[in-house]
Amino acid sequence: MNSDTLRIGDLELTSRLIVGTGKYPSLEVMQAAHEASGTAMVTVAIRRINLDDRSGKTLLDYVDRTKYAILPNTAGCTTAKDAILTAQLARELLGTNLIKLEVIGDPQTLYPDTTETIAAATELVRDGFTVLPYIVDDPTACKRLEDVGCAAVMPLGAPIGSGLGICNRYSISIIKERATIPVIVDAGVGTASDAAIAMELGVDAVLMNTGIAAARDPIAMARAMRLGVEAGRIAYLAGRMPKKLYATASSPMHDLIGT
Amino acid sequence: MTATINGETRTVRDGSTVAELLAELELGTEGIAVAVGGQVVRRATYTEVALRDGDAIEIIRAVAGG
Repeated sequence: MNSDTLRIGDLELTSRLIVGTGKYPSLEVMQAAHEASGTAMVTVAIRRINLDDRSGKTLLDYVDRTKYAILPNTAGCTTAKDAILTAQLARELLGTNLIKLEVIGDPQTLYPDTTETIAAATELVRDGFTVLPYIVDDPTACKRLEDVGCAAVMPLGAPIGSGLGICNRYSISIIKERATIPVIVDAGVGTASDAAIAMELGVDAVLMNTGIAAARDPIAMARAMRLGVEAGRIAYLAGRMPKKLYATASSPMHDLIGT
Repeated sequence: MTATINGETRTVRDGSTVAELLAELELGTEGIAVAVGGQVVRRATYTEVALRDGDAIEIIRAVAGG
């Protein structure tokens, strides 16, 4: 798999699994899970500091930036305006042009607001960002985001944190078939088979957080997800057999005994 | 003068720069980023950018997320 690197803008990644930093039982477990996942890029969120709490270590102390590219997100933003400022602050903080653009339209489903996402993406591309937008599994929305210059599109497999897997394989397939930029399934992966299914559809990578962090053993699940992504990728490249309605024997049907 | 810092109204010494505000809040300049009035303030200019009465200031950091 060494030659099978993932290119997003100017970035080359040796792993097709992108992992979050949220919701782990501890930062030590998160570190070990990152290691076990084989990931080359991890996401972080951007938040206001607590003015009354100046205590010691921060998340960034637990992310080795020589091993992992950092993908800051605009999670929680509900307007293009807030997402743009969040991205610009992230760039100043982390010294990266990468941004996982997330503009939420509804607090219960955490579905993205497509209009605001496209507006923010347009502005951020103009401002020099490498934009990776989280978006609905809608081929038209994905095409619009490609048209405005996004470096990848990240359709959801299912709602964030739901673990429901890839709910609409057909729309993900259509998105991948039409895109000329990388397609990354972001959200919904609950277990290793979900990751494999996504990769078997031909998408370029999978981004997940809760699927690993909320497992009973996040470190073991991180490894399972790594294997799921790799298995799915290899299966996709290998080209699966066609599906058929009826059986085809694997053993010869002639020279049978006793007939 | 007053400024809104991370959504909280606070009293700030007249004519403070961003660097002086951060010192007053006992914040280092590492691991944070600052915006004033919706514009990011580059770290290299913290000692030059003066705050004005009524400014809305955002001071952020990276946290765990997906």
